[in-house]
This record gives sequence, structure tokens and C-alpha cells, in this order.
Amino acid sequence: MNRRSFIKQTAAASSLITIGGLGLSSFTTSMKKITVLHTNDVHSHIDPFGPDDGRNPNKGGVARRATLIENIRKDNPNTLLLDAGDIFQGTPYFNYYGGELEFKLMSLMKYDVATIGNHDFDNGLDGLYAQLPHAKFDFVSANYDFSNTVMDSHVKPYKIIIKDGIKIGIFGLGIQLKGLVDQSLYKETVYLDPVERAQDMSRILKENEKCDLIICLSHLGFKYDIIPDKVSDVKLAEQTKNIDLIIGGHTHTFMDKPTVVKNAVNENVLINQVGCYGINIGKIDFYFDSKKNKSAEGVAISV
Amino acid sequence: MLCTNVVKLIASLMSCLQNYLMKNFSLIIIICVLFATSCESHHLHKIEGKQITITDSLSTNQDIEKVIAPYRKRINESLDSVISYSKRTYSKTDGLFNTAIGNMMADAVFEEANPIFKSRTGHPIDMVLLNHGGIRAIISEGPITARTAYNVMPFENSVVVIEMKGHKVLELVDYLVTERRAHPIKNLQIILNTDGSLISATINNNPIDKTETYYVATNDYLYNGGDRMTFFKPNDSLYVLHYKIRNVLIDYFTKHDTIAPVIDNRFIEIEY
Repeated sequence: MNRRSFIKQTAAASSLITIGGLGLSSFTTSMKKITVLHTNDVHSHIDPFGPDDGRNPNKGGVARRATLIENIRKDNPNTLLLDAGDIFQGTPYFNYYGGELEFKLMSLMKYDVATIGNHDFDNGLDGLYAQLPHAKFDFVSANYDFSNTVMDSHVKPYKIIIKDGIKIGIFGLGIQLKGLVDQSLYKETVYLDPVERAQDMSRILKENEKCDLIICLSHLGFKYDIIPDKVSDVKLAEQTKNIDLIIGGHTHTFMDKPTVVKNAVNENVLINQVGCYGINIGKIDFYFDSKKNKSAEGVAISV
Repeated sequence: MLCTNVVKLIASLMSCLQNYLMKNFSLIIIICVLFATSCESHHLHKIEGKQITITDSLSTNQDIEKVIAPYRKRINESLDSVISYSKRTYSKTDGLFNTAIGNMMADAVFEEANPIFKSRTGHPIDMVLLNHGGIRAIISEGPITARTAYNVMPFENSVVVIEMKGHKVLELVDYLVTERRAHPIKNLQIILNTDGSLISATINNNPIDKTETYYVATNDYLYNGGDRMTFFKPNDSLYVLHYKIRNVLIDYFTKHDTIAPVIDNRFIEIEY
């Protein structure tokens, strides 16, 4: 095609768009919906609680969770499935098989990304490493430096997933291991300041990677009323910017609904955690349109 | 910015070529799509969040169930095979300062861990201390399985042995005297007066010597200050046996075909 004919055709195209009523706006205000499903602290609870359980009778169970996830994916194929750590430890499934079945089932359910909780070190770094072949999903942690361990290169600070043209950046944060996990288990894993790392990650994901949506998978814990200085999801949200959603874990916090916290620049951050043991699944739907004047209107959050 | 420029360019081209008859629809469509994509800036305008409980109203995914089944079968076979027999039902609530189930656990830790510790260090374990709260289930009269051990000890706590001086052991005794709780002990005997004050504390029938070295077995949870047991630190040495309390119980049950522990006089208060 020579230049002249290209220009002609381009012009023709634009005329058609304008005259034919296929205005620019009809292309660009198309609604997009991203669904984020998440679990945390499942702790090897593969079977549902029995009918006689004192707290959670007939709740949970991986095979039922899989059905729910499948139904939601049918409704919206642009669905992400995430886990905020402590996949391991809590039932004989872990004691007998070391996490093999947990990872296999998460892979079958098509989990996309998980972060690492303190109990995921329970069989040591070698125990975690040995199960990696069963995990067809990615691990992210921005504040555990595994450089001097067998996990080196198997955990990335963040992962980017594009769904329906929406660029989603997911980074992970883990809790301080010293005093919580025996050092013989985590060996030379270096714990880095989660707030500093979150500030770095959110900047990289927003400014360099130009993500439309930034999610933090955190195993820091929701908040610590009796230890106010201890870093938590609430503190993290308040001291960072550009994070849209913090998916939490560790504190086994059952929330009635996701919590909204103001970040460092007074914007809303959503924090959600779904208790533990696979009793609940969190579902966050993000609706995008393509209006150019971004800053003119805020985000409507309904929880 | 890019969008604005493209719009301006196209507008100017349009004014020149308004009457042009287009012939290639496919190209037009491609250009439309490119145009739309290049200009699109995704704007998050609404978030909806909720939690969904996994209940029995959801059907079981059979593909998943098929994967789980053989794993479950092997665990059940292993956990439900009978390894011992319990003469009675034992609960941690039966007994004031010592309980039959707690005595059995402290005895089991001594019996199973002492030969290992001795072979590694040349020293015997002098005494054992566990915690009352760490007994997580009753042992029912009848067959004992590995599942019993999982129920009694669901946690991953392991045996550690602490080399500590007598004055630290006396702190341990003070703790037990103050707590007045049936924390399981072995080879330590504590006798309280009617008013709860200490009459005597002995290890293997000998008074505790402040300057003597003692080897105290406990679990890593308590060593790290669990149940406010702060007396283990500082110490002279820590020996980690990598032997889970649960496995201690399984090994103990496997060795003893019948379990019949009793409340004894290892921790008592004198009654007049």
C-alpha cells in the first residue's frame, strides 16, 4: 500500500466512524469487568468440616470451592484467582504429603498467583521447594529475599496479568519470620521492610508498568490493636498509594465485608480477608470504562 | 495526548477528503480497532466486594473429588489403624494439680526422647515440663489410633531439651506454684502446703541445687515463651531433637498395647 492510498483510506475510515455514528465514544466507553476471587489461610483444609463440627459445620471443602469458582468463571471469564498464603499446615493432608495435594488442587482450580505465609515454611525451604513442581501458579513476594536459598528465582516480587486488555499488577508481602518461624526452616531468607517494598512495587507497577489495577497479596495480618507499631494491612494501606486492593491473611480475620481505608494521598484502598480454612471466598468486581477524564470522578465502592 | 493528536490529524484529513468513497471495509474495521485501543485509558469507576461462604448447597466438583480420594483413603487407613487401647476415658479436666492424661504425655516425652537425647549428648533428661493447654482433646476409652494423637496434639510442636542452672529451674517451680494448674511434669515433684505455699520441689527425689546443671525437656512453643513460660531463657544450651510431640505419642502408643495412666503425687497440695 502506498502512502497516498493509506491516507485516503484512513480518512475514509474516520469519515465512516463520524458519519456512520460509530463514534469514538462507542468504542471507548465499553465497560470491562475484572473479577478477583481470593482465599487465605486455607491451612490444608481440603475436606469440608463435618456436620458435628462445633464452629463451622458443613462449611468449606475444596471440591465445593471448585464448583463455585467454575460458576463465577462462567459468568465472567475475566476472573483472577489468588491466595494470600498459609496454604500449608493444619490437617493430616499436610503431615502426610507435605503440601503436594494442596498445590495440585490449587493448580486444578487454576489459581493464578499466591504469596507465602509463615506456615508455608513449616517443612523448611526445602519442603516448600520440593512441592513447587505441583504448583502451576506463580508465587510472589516483594519483601522476602530468597537469593541465598533454594527458592531463589522461584518467587518473583510481582506478576502482571492482562485480562480483557486490563493490565493487573500483583505483588506479595510476607510477615517477619524471626520469632515466628524457626530459623532452621527459613534459613537465609531475608525479610525486607514491607512498607518500603510496597512503596517501590506500587511505583513500579503504576509508573513503569502502567498497570490499570494494583493488588497486594499480603500475609502481614489485618491489624494489631495491642501492638500498634506492628506493620499490618491497615498500616500498609495508610502509608502507600496506588494500591487498589490488599488481600490479607495471617490473622484469620473474618470480616462481614471488605474494609475501606484511606491511603497516603487520601484515596480509598480496599482490604479484604476471608477468615481461614477455605470457609469463605472473597469476590471483588472491578468495573472499568474508558472515559478520558480520569481524575474527574472517584471510584464508587459498594461492599 | 496521543489521542488528541490523532483526532486532530484525522479531522484535517477529513476536511480534504470528505467525499471519498471507501472501498475496503476490512481495513476500516482494523483501523477503528487500532484507533480505539490506542486511545483507551481504562478508568476504574466502580468496585463491588463481597464474601461468599462455601456451604453444602454447592455441589461437589467430581474432578477435584477424584483427585482427593486416594490421598484421603491412605490417610484414613493409616490414621484409623488401631495402635493401642485406652482403659478409660482421660480428660485434662480430671485432676487438680496433675491429670492422668497429662502424666501420660510427660511420661511419653521422657520415655521416647530420653534415649535419643542420651545417645546424642551423653546426658539423661532430668525432667519434663509441658503445658496443660497443649492437651487438645480427650482420649476415649477403647481403641487408640494415630488420629487420637492428631486430636490430642494437632500442633507441630517438637521436643527441645534445655540445659539450665538450678536457679532457673527454681523459677520454673515458682511459675508452677503460682499457676496452680496441672501442667504435665515428669521426674519433678512439687508438694504444696494447705495454703498453696511450696513445701518441697525435687528432681528425681533430690532437692534442686541452684548451681547444678539440669537438662529439662519441653516443647519449642513453651521454650519460646508460650504460656508465659519465660524462665527457659537465658540458658546454657538448647538441644533441638526434631521430634514432634505428636510423633512421640504415636511411638508411645505403638509400644504400649494398653494405656492406663493415673493421677499420682507428682504435683499435689497437702490436705488436712
